[in-house]
Amino acid sequence: MASFRDDSKNSTRGSKKKETAISRRSLLKGAGAAAGAVIGSGAIKGFPTIWAQEIKDIELRHVGVSYSVVKAIGDQAAKDLGFKVTMQNLDTSAAINRFITQPNSVDIADLEGWQAKLATKRGVIQGIDISKIKEFDNILPIFTKGEIDGEVVSRQGISPYEAMYIEKPDSTELHEGVTDWATFLPQVYNADSIGYRPDLVGYEVTEWKHLIDPKFKGKAAILDVPAIGIMDAALCFESAGLITYGNKGNMTKEEIDFTVNKLIELKKEGHFRATWTTFDQSVQLMAAGEVVIQSMWSPAVAAVRVKGIPCTYAPVNKKNGKEGYRGWCNGMGLMKHLEGKKLDAAYEYLNWYYSGWQGAFVGRYGYYSPVPSTAKPFMTQAEWDFWYDGKPAPDTINDPYGVPMEKPGTVRDGGSFLERVKNISCWNTLMDEAAYMNKRWNDFKVA
Amino acid sequence: MTLRRHLTSWLFLSPLLVVLIPFFVLPFIVVLTASFFDSDGFGGLLPTFTLVNYANLFTSSLTLNLYLATLKFTVLTWFFSLILGFLVAYFLAFHVRNPLLGIGLFLLCTVPFWTSNIIRMISWIPLLGKEGLINMALLKLGLIHEPLEILLFSSVAVVIAYVHQLTIFMIVPIFNSMARIDKRVVEAALDAGASRLDIMRLIVIPMSKSGIALGSIFVVSIVMGDFFVVKVMSGGGSASVVGAFYEDISVLQYPSAAASAVVLTVALMVLIGLILRTVDIRREITR
Repeated sequence: MASFRDDSKNSTRGSKKKETAISRRSLLKGAGAAAGAVIGSGAIKGFPTIWAQEIKDIELRHVGVSYSVVKAIGDQAAKDLGFKVTMQNLDTSAAINRFITQPNSVDIADLEGWQAKLATKRGVIQGIDISKIKEFDNILPIFTKGEIDGEVVSRQGISPYEAMYIEKPDSTELHEGVTDWATFLPQVYNADSIGYRPDLVGYEVTEWKHLIDPKFKGKAAILDVPAIGIMDAALCFESAGLITYGNKGNMTKEEIDFTVNKLIELKKEGHFRATWTTFDQSVQLMAAGEVVIQSMWSPAVAAVRVKGIPCTYAPVNKKNGKEGYRGWCNGMGLMKHLEGKKLDAAYEYLNWYYSGWQGAFVGRYGYYSPVPSTAKPFMTQAEWDFWYDGKPAPDTINDPYGVPMEKPGTVRDGGSFLERVKNISCWNTLMDEAAYMNKRWNDFKVA
Repeated sequence: MTLRRHLTSWLFLSPLLVVLIPFFVLPFIVVLTASFFDSDGFGGLLPTFTLVNYANLFTSSLTLNLYLATLKFTVLTWFFSLILGFLVAYFLAFHVRNPLLGIGLFLLCTVPFWTSNIIRMISWIPLLGKEGLINMALLKLGLIHEPLEILLFSSVAVVIAYVHQLTIFMIVPIFNSMARIDKRVVEAALDAGASRLDIMRLIVIPMSKSGIALGSIFVVSIVMGDFFVVKVMSGGGSASVVGAFYEDISVLQYPSAAASAVVLTVALMVLIGLILRTVDIRREITR
């Protein structure tokens, strides 16, 4: 859900270095043109039936949150594919409401696992024929089979794998196990944990309970998007040994009560300096010295560091059945009204996403591609070593817009890609008791 | 003759109706209907007739707490924006002799409103923060030794942002009604030996009642219907009525959100009704 992560990329970049915006854009264009030449031919090869003449009037509207539906990516796709792509950004809540109440105003819905489940239930999306997806077999098994490196991926919350399949193209219930029809195709994902000021915290944070350490009274913050904020809180309380949850991603009413009451207690003791809802807010809280530790997203930690303020992303590897990252994944769903040439174009667009350019782009701000094998050729060896392999950066690492981000020798917090994703212990979700949980969350807010 | 009079009065009404019916009455009916429906938990509406959404609202202590929190901000904002707005309007209407200068200064009051609400709100953050300008200045002056945390992410910050945003809604109507006070009345009172306080108490305040009432309606309805300022300036530390049902919508609980919206609309109508009862705006304006 990672709700208002919007504003994230575009606006932070935009406001931060306005004066360099133009040069960066042209830089991007240059890089894009080169990349486009490489893959342009490859992308169209799979669709000999579509004539360039016929597709140029097509427009695809890809709607979703801004950290996932990125204008630069849409522009590149349009250039490579020869039809128009419009990226529209809404926050998580507005997006799912739009998909459900005005399905015809969207072509490609950008969905999280739990949103894919809802969209399927409401019948606003159509099944994706996986035989038309060229790279489907190269998608990491986290998504397609629910495992990675031979280990089963956590099923707490709604894992992407759980939300991925339906039995028939028009089914309204999810299907357990692999079928020929997908609800959505994962395109970007990450593992969230805690960000902290190493200079002010004084020890290495590796467990969620450190977030509620009384030492940080009045200097801690937590994410205020109920559905995922409560999971961060649950990770803390479980880590502190206060409670063991059956499923942090789908709590019982009693578990919700315990968690919220504990949060209220902490709030009354003055533990939380604030709660935050947007990417920018979390960056500001940390950069302005308001908090020293808070639940945080990986690129937000990087954004604090770019300001010259030390900030570390806590590696919270699973131990003794506790800890672990909260994972999230956004994927693309095809709206039900798509048909004919427009549907063909949509498939072409989905295939383009897996052809590498997009995977490399999101990799440069710390997110991951579901098909790293195609993203790799689009990244430099240094970028790959740093972002995916967790090795010290051999060179200066730039962000997707060409702004220097990490000095040579820096090691990415949390280690390699595999180490991170294998330590995801729960996924963003919509609980069965969501209505009750929301109500109790508001009790916490107003307390 | 009567028919004709009927027709003309309807004609006079029509612009208002053209706005109110499609943009208020119809949506309100939709929301009202939805508030009696049931939810399937996945964004679907089950068209039954149930009072369960209202029952949940009226039996929950959350509702009371939310209204208390929102009313607290409403009353504080109303109070401070009234004091400020009244004084500014009084200065413009009675102390600035040159009417052209008066209008000029009045327009100056609106300059901050050329930027968006959001910008004006968030520009308080670097001022009020732990490492903000005010705390830094106080620390340098040696007046405090620890930064004041209460300045930001607190009720104080919420009220400051609201007063900053909404005082203009007090200034405009109050200035408007003060400008219409016949200065000779004030002169006569002075000649008759009235003190400044008496003039204020017996002439200025009673005669700007309609402006005060109109300004109060603006401020009260805006604060009651807002959630964003509370969310940002309290640092998520407080909640509001609208904020709570916005969260309902984010998990697709439309019927309960609809019921909350209906209750808020009714509560607001009652509040505005009370204001109108104390001041007969229609009579005051046509005076």
